[in-house]
Amino acid sequence: MKKLNITVTYLVFLLLLIIPLGQVLSSAFSTGFSGFWSALTDPQALHAFLISGILVGAVTALNTLFGVLLAMLLVRETGISRRIRQFLNAVVDLPFAVSPIIGGLMILLLLGPHTALGAFLEDHGVKIVFALPGMILATLFVTFPLMVREVMPVLQEIGTDQEEAAYTLGAGSWRTFWRVTWPSIRWGVLYGVVLTVARALGEFGAVLVVSGNIINKTQSATTLVYQQVENFNFVAANSLAFVLAGFSIVVLMTLEWAKRRKEV
Amino acid sequence: MIQNKRWLRRSVQSTVLVYFLLLILVPILGIYVQGLSGGWAHFAESILQPIAWDSVLLTIKLAVIATLINTALGTMLAWALVRYRFPGRRLLNSLVDLPFALPTAVGGLMILLLLGPQSWLGSWLAGHNIEIVYQQPAIVLAMIFVTFPFVIRTIQPLLEELDPSEEEASYTLGATRSGTFWRVIFPAMRPGVIGGAMLAFSRALAEFGAVVLVAGNIPGKTLTASVQIYGNVESSNPSGAAAVSVLLLTLSFLVLWSVNLLTERKDAR
Repeated sequence: MKKLNITVTYLVFLLLLIIPLGQVLSSAFSTGFSGFWSALTDPQALHAFLISGILVGAVTALNTLFGVLLAMLLVRETGISRRIRQFLNAVVDLPFAVSPIIGGLMILLLLGPHTALGAFLEDHGVKIVFALPGMILATLFVTFPLMVREVMPVLQEIGTDQEEAAYTLGAGSWRTFWRVTWPSIRWGVLYGVVLTVARALGEFGAVLVVSGNIINKTQSATTLVYQQVENFNFVAANSLAFVLAGFSIVVLMTLEWAKRRKEV
Repeated sequence: MIQNKRWLRRSVQSTVLVYFLLLILVPILGIYVQGLSGGWAHFAESILQPIAWDSVLLTIKLAVIATLINTALGTMLAWALVRYRFPGRRLLNSLVDLPFALPTAVGGLMILLLLGPQSWLGSWLAGHNIEIVYQQPAIVLAMIFVTFPFVIRTIQPLLEELDPSEEEASYTLGATRSGTFWRVIFPAMRPGVIGGAMLAFSRALAEFGAVVLVAGNIPGKTLTASVQIYGNVESSNPSGAAAVSVLLLTLSFLVLWSVNLLTERKDAR
């Protein structure tokens, strides 16, 4: 039984993860290093990486700020009734249950060119759908629970004793946050940041719907992979996929490292 | 000074709440409003269209298959990773999360390569006249791939916490190995198995990126609900897309809600 189970474990990992990753690698380099390199330095690919970079930067900054603030509000704010906080807490998880395609569709329905709000904004020179702001909004929606869910349990666990002690000793709320609260939640925040970065870089469905996937304008790295596969351009698709997969592995290693630090 | 600070605090809090409600709640309500805007008759007509209805049924069917396979495999793998010591165990344990970290489009591409004609598995299958790529098994495989970590990661902590003395007591009292497993170990794992399976199911229902790459997207055969919604968006039929979305969303919310109920009950105990 034990032997069989271990064999199955090896087989599943081999079939599901290791062999496919190897094939991505071999296909990316099937025309040599030059093929791989030219696929990555192609202007279209460079622009896609730039868009992905802007997307990740903006989403991570906003999500971290609002995620930490909302977590503190949900855990610490006694001025809001418990019922309301419980309701808000349940709403936080909703994006997990929403298909990314639907996440994109929502923004299209609210702010698309055919809606009153979208038309109004467009008249004033603000383009949201089929442009970067819409992609950022869609990614913010999808990644929203990640930070809140990492920080809330830490805040609950540390309790309010130390913060109250700091207040009693005359520290202001700003100083209390940075001297007392922040040092205990920072590994949770780091964890949330890494998860947000990974998800924002990898988000595909929501971004595809909102961006319209316009080459050299709103195409991100993941939607470019999709387009190259649709065009049966496998060397280019796999070169990009290889870089993205390498990044995911770095993310995974950072998470392992942060987890170990958090436990110490 | 103190008045001033309280004002600042209140305004920061209101900003956070408004941001949160505008970003999360308003769009979800928007979908429901749009999907039901034409009245119930119109909504029913939109979802009972054969293409839409078949795609939802197909998605549920394939997600159930993927969840069952994943639950069985995930339980075995979690068991092996916690209970047995073998070379490469730690590496494999960190690899479990890879499907979460990988962009789903890359996941789909990996499945495509695994089954495609250029791989040994693909050519072996082609030699035996088994078609998988662009067929339903490929969709199931893509769903298994993206939901792979859920069951393992929910069972692992339960297995680690399990007190070995309970098992020993069971053996001492003369229970067989399988008797001990079903009477002592499995009840401890059950909340993890069920919770993980439901999370995997809701994720499989919603999956788009990996599925769209490996499926042939033929209506009634290999067109899943999320791909069907995307098709409606592309062909500028957002109200049709909204109707199917309402159906899919309601289903996912029910699953998520029952997972929450389940974990709350576990915490209460």
